[in-house]
This record gives sequence, C-alpha cells and structure tokens, in this order.
Amino acid sequence: MAKTLFDKVWDSHVIEKIKDGPDVLFIDRHFIHEVTSPVAFVGLKNRGLKVMFPNKTFATADHNTPTLNQHLPIKDKLSAMQVKTLEKNCKDHGIDFWGLGHNKNGIVHVIGPENGITQPGLTIVCGDSHTSTHGAFGAIAFGIGTSEVEMVLACQSIMQQKPLKMRINIDGSLNSHVTPKDVAIYIISRLSSSGATGYFVEYSGEVFKNMSMEGRMTVCNLSIEMGARGGMIAPDEKTFEYIKSREYAPKGNGWEKALSYWKSLKTDNDAIFDKEFNFNASDIEPMITYGTNPGMAIPISKSIPGSGSDSESSYQKALDYMEFKEGEMMIGKKIDYVFLGSCTNGRIEDFRTFASLIKGRRKSDDVNAWLVPGSHKVLKSIKDEGILDILTDSGFQLREPGCSACLAMNDDKIPKGKYAVSTTNRNFEGRQGPGARTLLASPLVAAATAITGKITDPREII
Amino acid sequence: MAYDKFNILNTSAVPLNIDNVDTDQIIPARFLKATERKGFGENLFKDWRYNPDDTTIDSFPLNNKIYNGKILVAGKNFGCGSSREHAVWAIYDYGFRAVVSSFFADIFKNNCLNIGVLPVQVSEEFLIDIFFQIDTDPKSNFEINLEIQEFKIIETGKSEKFNISSYKKSNMSNGFDDIDYLINKKQEISKFANNSPY
Repeated sequence: MAKTLFDKVWDSHVIEKIKDGPDVLFIDRHFIHEVTSPVAFVGLKNRGLKVMFPNKTFATADHNTPTLNQHLPIKDKLSAMQVKTLEKNCKDHGIDFWGLGHNKNGIVHVIGPENGITQPGLTIVCGDSHTSTHGAFGAIAFGIGTSEVEMVLACQSIMQQKPLKMRINIDGSLNSHVTPKDVAIYIISRLSSSGATGYFVEYSGEVFKNMSMEGRMTVCNLSIEMGARGGMIAPDEKTFEYIKSREYAPKGNGWEKALSYWKSLKTDNDAIFDKEFNFNASDIEPMITYGTNPGMAIPISKSIPGSGSDSESSYQKALDYMEFKEGEMMIGKKIDYVFLGSCTNGRIEDFRTFASLIKGRRKSDDVNAWLVPGSHKVLKSIKDEGILDILTDSGFQLREPGCSACLAMNDDKIPKGKYAVSTTNRNFEGRQGPGARTLLASPLVAAATAITGKITDPREII
Repeated sequence: MAYDKFNILNTSAVPLNIDNVDTDQIIPARFLKATERKGFGENLFKDWRYNPDDTTIDSFPLNNKIYNGKILVAGKNFGCGSSREHAVWAIYDYGFRAVVSSFFADIFKNNCLNIGVLPVQVSEEFLIDIFFQIDTDPKSNFEINLEIQEFKIIETGKSEKFNISSYKKSNMSNGFDDIDYLINKKQEISKFANNSPY
C-alpha cells in the first residue's frame, strides 16, 4: 500500500498496536530541559526506576536561564534550583548535560540540529511543544507532557494514537522580503490556530524545496500553532549536506548506510492524505499578528479584519487586550520593544537577515531591542561573521543564548501594556510578561520596526 | 503517578465561555519553576483571577461564588499552545476532575488522560446547551458516566455520548497510567532497540 513519509517513519517505530487504544512507539532521541523534566525524575524515583537508555537523552538548560551575565550564579532562586536539579538528575542517571557555560548549550530545538542529533527517519520527543522543529529533517518530532517524559526516560517509548495526515503544498516563488516565518504565519492565518488539530502535517512543493534547512525549521516549528502535533519535510540533498560532518552525524560506512535509508523517506506518489491544502507562493506577503493567538494574522499592509471563525466575544476579548480596533491599519503603530530570538527565529540565518536590513542604519531611540541567539554556536557565528559589528554600529546589543522573552520565565519580560514585535511563536495574553502585547512577525519586519519605532513594512525601507 | 479512579461524577460545573484558552492562561510560565508537583492550583488562571496587585477579579467565573463543582466547561480549542502538563496539574489541584469542551488541543488532551482528568468532547450544540443550563441555574448538576461514555444534564435529561478509547477508559476507571503498562513491555522494547539502526 502506498505510504506517506509520516506513515513510513511512524510504522517503522511501532512496537505494539493496542486494540482500540494507542500505539506503543519507540523513541530514538529525547531532549530534556530544566522546566518540564524535574517531576518526571521524581516519578522515576517513586517507582524505583532507572533511565533505560541514558545515551538517547540529551539535556540543556534554556527556558528559565538569564541572558545577561551567564558566568555568574543564577540570581533567581527557583530558576537556579531547577537548573541544579536537572544537573543532578543527569549526573545520577548518566545523561549528557549541556548547562550554562557549556559550548553546546542553547535552546533545545536549536542545539539538536546543529550538533547533528536530529536526523531523518527518527522519532524525537521533548517536553516542549516546539519539538515539531526537528520535522524539518524528515523526522517525526513532537512535544509531550511530563508524564510522557517519564515514560520515555523509563521505557524509551511512548503511547500515542496515530494522528491523521495532512499535506500543505505551496508552489511558485516567494515575493521579495517574504521569509519562511511569513509563509508559516500565512498558513496558520488560513487554517486558524486549531485548523490542524489531530493532524500531522507534511509540507511539500517548490517553496519548501527551495527553502534552506533553517527556514524549514522555522516552518515546522510553527506547526503546533495551528494545532498540528508536528510538521515534516521530506529529506533531500540540502538535508544531507546540513547533517554531514556534524558531531553526532553517522560517520564512514554508517553514513553511507544512513544515506541510502534517508533517500527512501518520501511520500509515495499515490499515497492518500486525510486532508490537503494548496496555496500559491505569490499570494504571501510579509505577515504580522494583531490578536492573541497566532491565527489572528494579516499581511502587514492590511487592516484588522472582523471576527471570522472565532466567537464574537473571544475576538473582542483579544482586541480589547491589544487595545486595537477592527478596521485599523497595522502599519505605523508605535512599538516599544523588538525581540529577535527563540527556537522559531534564533538561528544564524535569522541574525543574517536582521543584520542585512539594519546595516548602515540606526536603531530608533524609542525602541528597546533584545537580540538573543539560539545557542552558543549561533553566538559564535554572529561574532565570526562580523554580524556583531553591524549590530553594535547600529546601536544594538547582543545577549547570551536562551529562550528568554519568548516565554518570559527569566528576567526578560515585556512590561505591562507595552507593544513588542517579536520573532517568536506565541502572541498569547501575557506570554512575554504579564500584560505584555505581542505582535508576531519575521526578522525583517522586526528589523524595519526597530529602525523606525513603528510597525514598518520592510519593503518600504530603501 | 497513579491517581484516583474515575467512574461516575455527579456535580455542578464552572463555565468558562471563551474560545482558544491556551495553557499560558491556565498556568502562566512564571509559575513553572517548581521541581515537585505541588501547589499549582492556587495559580490556576492566575492572570485572569487576580489583578497585578493580587486583588481578585470578581467577574472571572472561578472567583464568582455562585459557581462551583468538579467540572470545568470551556469554549472550543481548550488547552492550545505549550505542552506544559503543569496546566492539567493546576486544573486537578484546584479540584476539577473533568473538562468539557467542543474541541481540545492534542497535547493537552493526552496530558489530561495521563493524570486522571477526564476530557469530555461534546458537540458545539450540546456545549451551548450546557452553558445555557449553567446560566439558567448555576447550581445545576451534571453527570459524567465513564462506563457508558455519557454526559448528562440532570435538569433536562438531555445527554450526549463522548469518545474515549477502551484502553484509556480502562486506565481512568482503574487509576492506572501508561508507565504501569510500559514497564511490563521492557523486554520487547529492548529487543526493538537492539534491532533498530539507531
């Protein structure tokens, strides 16, 4: 029977199919961090269990860590305690821990790919919904809860109902100043923030074929924001080239063997999806959100639309929170903060893109800009490629790696009532700090806005 | 972690008639810093229940004394966003044993089933009926019968069936979780791992 890419990877990992129940799925790689793992380790202890395969789990500290003065002890006592607990748990169970100061430390979904841990055909999980990022390599990757983290630690398996399959195809070429982030936000705005719930998505078509690996990661990362468990893209030469020679990539004979398997990972021609969408690349413009979920997004040049599929009261609640009104233009609205970073847009290409627009210009004095690399390797590249000089010359400062203001668990909180154009993934109420107002956009829109202090179409910066 | 068995729940309900309630609202990220599963209930819906100066927002249903009970009834796409199981811990710790909506986010639903909170998915029409009943009389009782997979509005006798796999149903009614199942499969898992190219 013809199979989709998703079927091929899923079916090859099923240990048992339970009648009228979930599949028992073997997990190849598991990432853990300080926030969603401690209670899982308590669970193991209470049951007297050990970690089954410590070498298949990788740990980093990223969610609550400071982005200034990382060489000093963490000031926040609870955050310090969480990081310390993770370090101890890893030591007790023989898991590799890449804590603060480690040269491989960074956001969990940035360090997996950049060290070659993320590979095609794998099942990858982490107690974080943006685990979908790793699907860019043709892996099945999805976020899990803490009980499931405990399952994977104890049994290297998880019990899951097989999701339905969706394909999103986009052909044509992208307009200028349209980035992978805009493509993803466009898709979410068309499907809504729950339009892919129950599905696993495969992205196909010229747009994704022509996209860089980092761009593909941005798109797959945002799959969860339309409710999908994950998104994936069939691996190709770009994928293999990206992985080759990275530390954890297969070597020698192992590489050849892996490569021949990876090349088989594509959807068969006559495979059937439960749902399919087709969009045209030329319809996509630079995007921005105006509400309190990522589906509430429009082309940056447009005005705020009516309530659509959400109830009138939920729509009004969102607009009241943002202090926006139906029919208002987004362009020209005053912005207080700009944030570049996160597992969505914190990789080197995002910094290159941001720098390309601000080069030779000055940051607006009215804007606070927080630029946070996704990892120490990204930070090093920013320095090595001369991007740091461009940023500094334009009046920007660079922080140290971590999740930072994406979820504001550390000190990087947008103050109450302030507006932030953010390259992150969620514009939920209070996501970037209690009372903070978030507008999701691409690194280019963030750069243009940082220069003018107002929401600015990057195509207008000449 | 094992939890209380779930069979029949007969109780009043608290209405939260908002769509797309995300887990950042259910439990804001700044309250995720615990290393043990304790005390999450007091921070449930923190920023909707309290002003920044900690005074109570009386209009929020959880603060309105006319509503109580062990069922939370919410608008569509409940629990979207972050995978944080802390959201369900907070719901459980606050005293809810079931959440009713016309549509749940996937990870949230799994998290519920893993710790013993029953997610009951009903039709949009029936959800309106439930909200209407609570609106008419906040003391109205509802019955959730897991065995026959039925949610009933006691006052009107109206009911609707809901879906749950027989595996998860058996877990819920016995207070078992997936690890109880998986640890008996370790030999098969080891065998699978040995044959896996990774």
